[in-house]
Amino acid sequence: MRLVISLLSGALFGAGLYLSGMTDTTKVQGWLDVFGQWDPTLAFVMGGAILPMAVAWQLTRGRRPLSGGTFPTPARPEIDRRLVIGSTLFGMGWGLAGLCPGPAIASLTFGGLPGLVFAAFMIGGMLLAPGLKARLDRAVPAE
Amino acid sequence: MQIDWIMGLIGGLLIGSAGAVLLLGNGKIMGASGIIGGLVDGSARSEARERLVFLAGVLVMPLLLIPFAGTPDTNATSNLAVLAAAGLLVGTGTRIANGCTSGHGVCGISRLSLRGIVATVFYILAGGLTIVLFRHIFGVI
Repeated sequence: MRLVISLLSGALFGAGLYLSGMTDTTKVQGWLDVFGQWDPTLAFVMGGAILPMAVAWQLTRGRRPLSGGTFPTPARPEIDRRLVIGSTLFGMGWGLAGLCPGPAIASLTFGGLPGLVFAAFMIGGMLLAPGLKARLDRAVPAE
Repeated sequence: MQIDWIMGLIGGLLIGSAGAVLLLGNGKIMGASGIIGGLVDGSARSEARERLVFLAGVLVMPLLLIPFAGTPDTNATSNLAVLAAAGLLVGTGTRIANGCTSGHGVCGISRLSLRGIVATVFYILAGGLTIVLFRHIFGVI
């Protein structure tokens, strides 16, 4: 049951990333490039994605997930150093290459060498992250 | 151009539906960086199978659509140094922030999560600034 749901979700995600054009780095960089030839496509993708998700969050109220367990609760503390610094680093990489984790996987089969190099270093970064997180917390003690 | 916006909206609706299926079905947040990262650093061993199945769907589905929707091109830079730096930044940043465009952006904003909104503001500002610096000032990308 959980595996079928995961596969269905992954297939929808892959189809959506591909059809929306988000595997095309020029569309992502074009959206971020407000001083160049601005491309609004990403705003349509985000808006389209937020709609069904907002409905889904409403449907979680007073219910349980189909395959059991509980729905996730918001993380605490809400805003911390990790969130701000991590998101800034992510944004820099996102702007540089026009790729984020979802599209990087969705385009792996047709993205050639650039896609493979990006994905390999992204996975490397993910391996380094736990150590960096610990350093970040030590550098300035949590308030 | 307009057809790109319509395809963006259709693709976006599919992405949001994917998140809705995973949330209502398995009670999980569809965050690409979390799903990949948990597999990579071993922190999600008990869920490894369902995460691998999810990623298989993401990987294979575009291949099945190529005959109908045309040959895709990522138009990614061929500058390997830029790709390596970008990959490292995306990998470390999303794991430190505990989310990316799908987790914080799509799943967070739709629940009006302050974390999701703040993360999205920061990665968009950082991305925009990076484009200004490296495209318009240094001319690297």
